[in-house]
Amino acid sequence: MRRLASPGALLLALALLASLPAWIGNSYYVNIASQVLLYAVFALGLNVIVGYAGLVSLGHAGLFGIAAYSGAILINAGHGHFLSIVGALVVTLGAAALFAVLALRGTGLGFVMITVALGQIVWGVAYRWISLTNGDNGVSITSRPAPFGLSLADANPFYWATLVVFLVAVAAIAIFVASPFGASLRGTRDQPRRMNALGYDVWLIRFLAFLFSGLWSGVAGLLFLYYNQFVSPQMVALTASAEVLLMVISGGTATLLGPIAGALLVVVMKNVASAYIERWNFVLGAIFVAIVIFMPDGLVPGSLRLWRWSLRRGRQLLAGPAAMAAVPPGNGNGGGP
Amino acid sequence: MNLWLLAANSIAFGGLLFLLSAGFALIFGLMRIPNLTHGSLFMLGAYFGVSLIAWGVGFWPAALIGGVGVAVLGGLIERLLLRRLPGAELAQVLVTLGLSFMIADACLMQWGGDPISIETPAALRGVSRVAGVAFTTYRLGVIVIAVVFATALWAMLEWTRLGAMIRAGVDDPMMARAVGIRVPLLFTVVFCLGSGLAGFAGVIGGPILSVYPGLDQDMLPLALVVVILGGSGSLVGAFVGSFLVGVLYNFGQALLPELAYVVLFLPMLVVLVVRPAGLFGRSSP
Repeated sequence: MRRLASPGALLLALALLASLPAWIGNSYYVNIASQVLLYAVFALGLNVIVGYAGLVSLGHAGLFGIAAYSGAILINAGHGHFLSIVGALVVTLGAAALFAVLALRGTGLGFVMITVALGQIVWGVAYRWISLTNGDNGVSITSRPAPFGLSLADANPFYWATLVVFLVAVAAIAIFVASPFGASLRGTRDQPRRMNALGYDVWLIRFLAFLFSGLWSGVAGLLFLYYNQFVSPQMVALTASAEVLLMVISGGTATLLGPIAGALLVVVMKNVASAYIERWNFVLGAIFVAIVIFMPDGLVPGSLRLWRWSLRRGRQLLAGPAAMAAVPPGNGNGGGP
Repeated sequence: MNLWLLAANSIAFGGLLFLLSAGFALIFGLMRIPNLTHGSLFMLGAYFGVSLIAWGVGFWPAALIGGVGVAVLGGLIERLLLRRLPGAELAQVLVTLGLSFMIADACLMQWGGDPISIETPAALRGVSRVAGVAFTTYRLGVIVIAVVFATALWAMLEWTRLGAMIRAGVDDPMMARAVGIRVPLLFTVVFCLGSGLAGFAGVIGGPILSVYPGLDQDMLPLALVVVILGGSGSLVGAFVGSFLVGVLYNFGQALLPELAYVVLFLPMLVVLVVRPAGLFGRSSP
């Protein structure tokens, strides 16, 4: 795998992220930054299955929601935060295993349809099983955890905690993708039959990738729960699955930076758009359509392509009119990193 | 008595589901497009019906015009958007999903957030007795309409030239192209037909379900379950699947309201595990 950035740039980015609350000041914007980070974790998790395994899931909000609901229910049953978090993640992994066993009965369209259906079951349970989930009213929790005695009740500490989780997620997913297992996962995406012929267990590889993806969706779900201190069926709905899929697609699938950029774009747009226009869903839908039609490989690869093209174009201009056989920014040259 | 009523309602709902999912099954089977706007087209048809009836159009003409209006919109979606994305399943999923959000929000803007009920046409009001059991006349009417449409569609597929071309396209699109069938034109026709049926079903379903924001999200999973149960591209599968889902949904709602969705989706999961192609689908796509 190519290096993402030089150590210097990485350190600079880290310093910027860590000091963000200091130069933003306003806790409203710090909260939005926390939202971006927690959705970035979710999108990174989904990208494992969408980007690297090539399987489009529209049921991941179900896993996100299962983690949040089981966390909330465990906390309200009087268990400690640590135990509730572990319990919620175990439940989420179990659900992810079940999802994977069922959804991996199909590939391509079959997979999409089954994940939609599974997501809707979770939504149905969240909405209708009132004795468990309190139905439409959702479940509230009263406190955020205080790891090592540090309270996360305020916006800034919560942001830093989210940042730590986010960094762990980025590191874990980067290592996962770069590992031999990640390579074999990409192999099952591009050449499943050849991988099979080479002796790889394609099903098992996809299954494990789904679990890994589900785990990070669950982590994001718990972050969401602690961020809002509230869960409702809305976060499990098909719209929620679609929103996070939009983050992955708009940023660029199968890249590490793409889902993060996508989360930033969607969360900021959502907050900005909802401040100015009531019709966020209409805008979301229109962005979906526009991205698919105009930038099919996502914003990050798309803009990189445009950037490289303009660099080359600039050099050609400097080299003189003889070299001005301009190459249009088509899909052919390079694409993603 | 209560059980009878429930059974009758289930069958009527199944008939409605058939009108909705026959088009979905054909579009999915022929074009391999997971049309996630299908629920929205149903809802849009219902809202068209509401407006037409408010302007003084009769119920049945409103249902027909609503269906045609939605069919035209479906044709435009196919021609202008989906046509650009042949074989790109992910892109098709995203575009149809994006459109469904846009349609849902546009409907909310135009018709507001309150549920609107469509009045039952005068001729079918009241209660009929069949074999000593009382049924709502309108629901019997819906069953009759569904059976008539099912028969017509079946006859069209089996006996007409268009039907033969559609079947050829479902079975082997490459070969169908090679023998000179204009598959792209066929796609547009089938997409219009499927959309129109969904829009028509929306108006017909109005007196039973009423129309409300979120109706699209309620109906789409049902169509999905029908097609997964019955098998894609199979009209018989859609027919049997619809009534199965109608029964499961209504009995689930009545007997286990908290787990209605689980009752609905569980058989689908069993079918998936035992027979992934669906009850009436071909095992190899």
